[in-house]
Amino acid sequence: MIYFDNSATTKPYRQVLDSFIKVSEEFYGNPSSLHKIGGQAEKLLQQARSQIARLLKVKETEILFTSGGTESNNLAIKGIAAAHRQRGRHIITTSMEHASVHNAIVQLESLGYDITYVKPNSHGIISAESIQNELRDDTILVSVMHVNNEVGTIQPIEEIGMVLKSFPKAFFHVDFVQGIGKVPLNLSNSGVHLATISGHKFHGLKGTGALFVKEGVLLSPLLSGGNQEGKLRSGTENVAGMVAMAKALRMTMELREEKLNQMKSAMGKLRNGISQIKELTIHTPEKNSAPHILNFSIRGWKAETFVHALEAKNIFVSTTSACSSRKKAASRTLLEMGVPVADAESAIRVSLTYSNTEEEAEIVVKAIAETVKQLSEVIKK
Amino acid sequence: MMYDRILVRYGEISTKGRNRNKFIDRLRKSVKRALRDHPNAAIKAERDRMFILLNGEDSEEINRKLKDIFGIQSFSPAVKVDKDLEKMKDAALELFKKIHQPEQTFKISAKRSDKTFELDTNEINSEFGSHILKNIDGLKVDVRNPDVTLQIEIRKEAAYISAETIKGAGGLPAASGGKGMLMLSGGIDSPVAGYLTMKRGLEVEGVHFFSPPFTSERAKQKVLDLSEQLAEVTGQFALHIVPFTEIQQAIHKQIPDNYTMTTTRRMMLRITDALREKEGALAIITGESLGQVASQTLESMFAINEVTTTPIIRPLITMDKLEIMDIAHKIKTHDISIRPYEDCCTVFVPSSPKTKPKLEKVQNFESYFDFEELIQKAVEGTERIIIKPASEREEDPGDALF
Repeated sequence: MIYFDNSATTKPYRQVLDSFIKVSEEFYGNPSSLHKIGGQAEKLLQQARSQIARLLKVKETEILFTSGGTESNNLAIKGIAAAHRQRGRHIITTSMEHASVHNAIVQLESLGYDITYVKPNSHGIISAESIQNELRDDTILVSVMHVNNEVGTIQPIEEIGMVLKSFPKAFFHVDFVQGIGKVPLNLSNSGVHLATISGHKFHGLKGTGALFVKEGVLLSPLLSGGNQEGKLRSGTENVAGMVAMAKALRMTMELREEKLNQMKSAMGKLRNGISQIKELTIHTPEKNSAPHILNFSIRGWKAETFVHALEAKNIFVSTTSACSSRKKAASRTLLEMGVPVADAESAIRVSLTYSNTEEEAEIVVKAIAETVKQLSEVIKK
Repeated sequence: MMYDRILVRYGEISTKGRNRNKFIDRLRKSVKRALRDHPNAAIKAERDRMFILLNGEDSEEINRKLKDIFGIQSFSPAVKVDKDLEKMKDAALELFKKIHQPEQTFKISAKRSDKTFELDTNEINSEFGSHILKNIDGLKVDVRNPDVTLQIEIRKEAAYISAETIKGAGGLPAASGGKGMLMLSGGIDSPVAGYLTMKRGLEVEGVHFFSPPFTSERAKQKVLDLSEQLAEVTGQFALHIVPFTEIQQAIHKQIPDNYTMTTTRRMMLRITDALREKEGALAIITGESLGQVASQTLESMFAINEVTTTPIIRPLITMDKLEIMDIAHKIKTHDISIRPYEDCCTVFVPSSPKTKPKLEKVQNFESYFDFEELIQKAVEGTERIIIKPASEREEDPGDALF
């Protein structure tokens, strides 16, 4: 079995599961309880927070735990919109954001906020200039993803952050879900105010995530209740999940040191092999892209057919992003990049992690070539 | 050319006569500890300055670590060259090119302790200044407000060239001036008071009053975490944990409500004084700041201080809360201190403590009960823990989870 769908989700590390079980079993206390059992749970939560802060090179007090990427994105966007609506109602985002950013903003649009959607260029990049052109006096939020989840392009976050330094009234949110552990991003001094991460994208567990909230940034909570997480996210803390996430992040960052080149060679093999199959078109540009995502189209067939054909060979890839793949819709990012509809509807995404190897890449290239051949024969008949 | 050494200038040590060697030795120990992750760096402590020979270690990294060491007034990364004018000029130019940015102004600052050198300081200034001007286009001299000051120091054994002077932490070398006992509550002020006292060379041990079940394990943990931060200065920190519950209960029973606070402080001071004697310390340190709370009015301090003649060091006495908080942020104790657990000072606070207690009254109230016996018991039951710095923390069993 070859799993090349690591941008959809990753397999939790064994050691991460061990920690989760141990914490759930032995330190099940509620961190808010006054007694010792509560105290132990609180200490573990604190340790998880400080480890994640250290790994991201930010302050402990700037890490807020959530249930995952979707919640972090919603909290960042709606939290800023609600807290600062007296100052302005203009929000800038891009037309290729993940659904949890896009739909949160669409919801704000229906509530009367004024939204500007900036389009990427044909290489899948949002330039700092294109953001700068849209900034206004009443802009309260700019939300731009780091690594695009569908094609893998890396957005110039630090440049956009520089531009925003001359707009002190606008907050900058970054969806860092696909980048973390794969493509480093300086959170502490590149003008970023909010950044979303999700545990299950780096071998942690589903239902775990965090939001980086820069010191001094005022947010309105989405969830009201017992005022946990500095009153910004009520609900009994998922201590075991957060310990698991802290461990997963450490392990992933250590693996990056050790295995980044291995993953890059695997990606090189894939790109090279796929580029030699004339029926396929690669959409992920070679420059400014993350090392783990490759998006290509197989013109003339539905992407879903292709996914199932590879599945029959025990290889697991994805049609664009997992969240939109059930809708059979064309890839939004590709359409925005100007890719023809027929190509955008037949887009396939392979996404790697550090355990993937060149050998696996070779097998996959071979399988893709065979599948293309088989499908071509079917069509000819 | 990379810097090959760092020249460290002593602070007030240089004014100390006969104790000088002891001070320098203490400073050498602090530097050695701070640079423990740089095994190649060698420390050469001389009478009037210290050299750290880099031997390939990263100077930026070492600069960062030196900044926090007490007893250092300033330091400069430098290169050593033979006292050969041509060689010196080449070295000066090379170093200058490395650090110089376009449009910056400069001056030369020469120092000459070797009076036999062929040029005097004025001649050195003009010789080196013109050499650099000749070789770099568009450069200007500004003797009043230069962006770069190129320092050329000529000593007996060699010449040293450096281009920046970095301010040190000042103060006196850690643990060079005797010992004091710090009353450590867990709030924002007392760790700052401890830190500032350490800055003046005192070795500091903490005293914490623990009143289970009125105060929780978490409040104690907070003090342990604060101690870890204070331990960064000398490499370890001794913390005395005093069992205080029984005394607090007795105070509650014996003393009228509005005087319990005054008596509580008096008892704490007596216990701290007894521990001080046991440890051979000569001072007590508190985080008191005039007028901050009821126990810190002048009248309160007068009534509380009466129990001892031991010197009480109050580094924060005239500081505002905001100034104290700034330092707490800097020494990384602030975020620990604001954790919301009650300590013994907050649990037992009466609704309206006397802000102007009278000494005769408190003496009278206390005279109906023998506190001495309880004080002895508390001193005997005190636990002394040695705490290592946070940065050297050994793995606790929880770490396997992470």
